[in-house]
Amino acid sequence: MSVAESAITRKVVERATSGERIRELLFRAMLLLCMLVTVAFLGVLLVDVAVDGVGFLSLEFITSFPSRLDPATSGIQSALIGTLYLMALCALFIVPVGVASAVYLEEYADNDRWYNRLVEVNIQNLASVPSVVYGILGLAFIVRGPIEIYGLGVGQPTLLAGALTLGLLVLPVVIIVSREAIRAVPPSIREASLALGATPWQTIWKQVLPGALPGVATGVILALSRAIGETAPLILVGAAAFQRFNPTLDGQFSALPIQIFNNVGEPEAIFRDLAAATIIVLLIILLLMNSVAIVLRNRYEQKW
Amino acid sequence: MERTTSAPDDTRPGVSASAGLPKLDERDDRAGDAAGAAAAAIFTLDDVSVAYGGVPAVEDVTFALRQNEITAFIGPSGCGKSTLIRCLNRMNDLIPSATVAGKVLYHDQDLYADDIDPVQVRKRIGMVFQKPNPFPKSIFENIAFGPRVLGMKGDMNEIVEGALRKAALWDEVKDRLKTNAFGMSGGQQQRLCIARTMAIEPEVILMDEPCSALDPISTGAIEDLMLDLKVNYSIVIVTHNMQQAARVSDRTAFFNVDKVEEGKRVGKLVEFAPTEKIFTKPDDTRTEEYVTGKFG
Repeated sequence: MSVAESAITRKVVERATSGERIRELLFRAMLLLCMLVTVAFLGVLLVDVAVDGVGFLSLEFITSFPSRLDPATSGIQSALIGTLYLMALCALFIVPVGVASAVYLEEYADNDRWYNRLVEVNIQNLASVPSVVYGILGLAFIVRGPIEIYGLGVGQPTLLAGALTLGLLVLPVVIIVSREAIRAVPPSIREASLALGATPWQTIWKQVLPGALPGVATGVILALSRAIGETAPLILVGAAAFQRFNPTLDGQFSALPIQIFNNVGEPEAIFRDLAAATIIVLLIILLLMNSVAIVLRNRYEQKW
Repeated sequence: MERTTSAPDDTRPGVSASAGLPKLDERDDRAGDAAGAAAAAIFTLDDVSVAYGGVPAVEDVTFALRQNEITAFIGPSGCGKSTLIRCLNRMNDLIPSATVAGKVLYHDQDLYADDIDPVQVRKRIGMVFQKPNPFPKSIFENIAFGPRVLGMKGDMNEIVEGALRKAALWDEVKDRLKTNAFGMSGGQQQRLCIARTMAIEPEVILMDEPCSALDPISTGAIEDLMLDLKVNYSIVIVTHNMQQAARVSDRTAFFNVDKVEEGKRVGKLVEFAPTEKIFTKPDDTRTEEYVTGKFG
């Protein structure tokens, strides 16, 4: 009986041919290979940097100022402080502007209007504009030009101008991520709030934004981690390397990627190891920020 | 369930018109007014049509809904009953393309007049939705949200307790007011949404298929609650469940889908009468066919 049944089954549901199975295996192997290539590249990079740089890592390295003349005692203090300043100022700029833009586009803008659609398409495109272009923009409009944020003399670079330039660079990303987080708050929550006599403003402020907060925070952190890794825009707005004093808001400034870039350009081999050590510090900061983003997302993201 | 299932035989005060005496056992401070005003119209609709982006959804609705009654809107899908109920507290404003023609009078005041603020309308006319939609907060915060944004005076603990008691939910949740409302059952969540609406002390409660996502026992609890609430409130309910309309409502409006021309459909009010009449001897044959289950 059971033999007969299985015979029937075999006839109805045919077995996969060996050709099909081989294709399936090949496909899987190819996918695995692609992934391994990516991971291997990253791994080699990390190991190489670690081997070169880890010997230089010390508290002294972090607390000393960089020096072109005496590489043995060279550190990264001014660059590290500069990066932390840039990050904080950039956050101060992108959080209110980015979230407000996202709220307008999601909650108020009428998508049938051409100007709202234009803004939307523009934001998508701005997110993919090369960062060096933002650098030129920052130089022309923020450091010089109409905004003219300068330090010691007209057109002199300042930390504030650098932070604003980086902010402009990542603002599209913040807006896009915030819009997604706001859109993830179901319409039924807005309806519930409005039906209780809340104004649109109260509804956004007390229901929609709290619900979107974990998503917005994650997006802001990821945007900031992109911002502090950028080199090109900072070079254009005049960030310095080997700075022997800590940056102030309205003065000359340095940053970790700038220091790395200039270290690599020095002729002596020891500077390349110093660059590796600086890269490790930058990577640690980035990893910490991304971990915070992941924790935020996993722990506080609202399940609707 | 102890509730009668043969509702049409069950004469209710509202059905037997305004002469019905208020039940004395109700804990109620407005029952006196209610009896006196039972015949007063709370909503008067005059030739109301609603369209989405120029496409009419429901047309030419004229009727008057009475105070302290439960009015049921029934009809097949697409007949515009949900559209119409959303006109009554201007929730349709949220859809930019929606346009309302005709007059919607609330206590003789045109809800669509230029000087009417929809936010003020919704303070007086609460709404409970198809799917329970509690805020992702504690039970307490869910109730307290409305009174807070409206700036209501008084002890918030008392307001919350009062609202939960009115929704017959207090005893079930009094020990876990600080826990998240998402942890409640679907039926409890819906009663929480009703309690939340109670907390802002509206005059009217609109319910858009409030039981469609609930099991029969939770449905029974909400129907009992509606019958309790109508002493103090006027209730309008949209329902797909004809037994439900028969069980709870005093008056029933039957809507149907008219094919205006090829491919175009629009909802129309067919008949509006005391529920008993709609379910036993309706004037219109379409109503009879619908309530006896011949279509819909």
